[in-house]
Amino acid sequence: MSAFEAAADYGHPRRAGREPARSTAEHGAGELASKRIVVGYGFWIFLLSDIVMFSAFFATYAVLVGATAGGPSGRELFNLPNVGIETACLLLSSFTCGLASIGARMHRGSWFYGAMAATGLLGAGFLGIELHEFVGMIAQGAGPTRSAFLSAFFTLVGCHGLHVTAGLLWLLTMMAQVFAKGYRADILRRVLCFSLFWHTLDIIWVALFTVVYLMGAAP
Amino acid sequence: MSHSDHERDWHYPDTAPGDQPFEGHDAAESVGSYLVGLALAALLTVVSFFISGTTLVWGPSIPVALVVLAIAQMGVHLVFFLHITSGPDNVNNIMALAFGVLIVLLLLAGSLWIMAHLNHNMLPMDQIMQMQH
Repeated sequence: MSAFEAAADYGHPRRAGREPARSTAEHGAGELASKRIVVGYGFWIFLLSDIVMFSAFFATYAVLVGATAGGPSGRELFNLPNVGIETACLLLSSFTCGLASIGARMHRGSWFYGAMAATGLLGAGFLGIELHEFVGMIAQGAGPTRSAFLSAFFTLVGCHGLHVTAGLLWLLTMMAQVFAKGYRADILRRVLCFSLFWHTLDIIWVALFTVVYLMGAAP
Repeated sequence: MSHSDHERDWHYPDTAPGDQPFEGHDAAESVGSYLVGLALAALLTVVSFFISGTTLVWGPSIPVALVVLAIAQMGVHLVFFLHITSGPDNVNNIMALAFGVLIVLLLLAGSLWIMAHLNHNMLPMDQIMQMQH
């Protein structure tokens, strides 16, 4: 093989299949990553980029937190007991989501559907409290247009809330798909991605309740 | 330099993020891992909420304590809920995570640093208003 041909092979690795035996030996254990690993890893990369996006919103919020333009600050607006209930909802839903992924792995319907339903109810409870908080703030004249601080607040917390909403729709879709199609490998990959998504939302909420609520309401 | 040199020690298949290793784990053990994570996360959350409103500790240390507790809780979530380990089957997951953390830190620290300097170098707002008249 000339150097030119070698370079061409390097650029198009599939052409190296002329020598299948050598190619298998070169791959060590001789196995490619399973589709579950490839899909999970790709979704992991997406989630990390989502976290990078959230970090931009966090940086914006941290820069603008003092820019209240004479309006209310976090200390006057935030209701920590409510935030505590929201946190409990999301943490418990992360736990039940873990139970659901075990149920899916063991193909046990009662476990999977029960844990997914609990996850969905807890997530809906979280969303309900958050919406109630938003509506209350807007009603007392502290909407997103009041100050730069409140614009940043509604962007950051609202973006997380939108993610939870999308997660709830995804959760219902996964319950329906498992019900209609059973524990097929492709459905189980989607369940894996959903559980990654849901756990990541909880991780973002940890940063959120610490930076926005606890630090904002601290004396 | 051939491929086989560095692929010879490739004994460990990767694990997808979020997957627990299958071998030697029955359902009870898997649930146990989530329970440990739930207990630790709940403990850290309760301590965070308690610390934020307390007068028992020196005031300026409270934000630092809150940040430390939050980072610890994120670690608990990663280990017990997402099953990210330091094992050889998780190297790819860890490397992606490390890159993500690097970008997040650069973004946060860079924004706060630059904006603090801008604020510092800017005239106070009342003086700007005077100059416009």
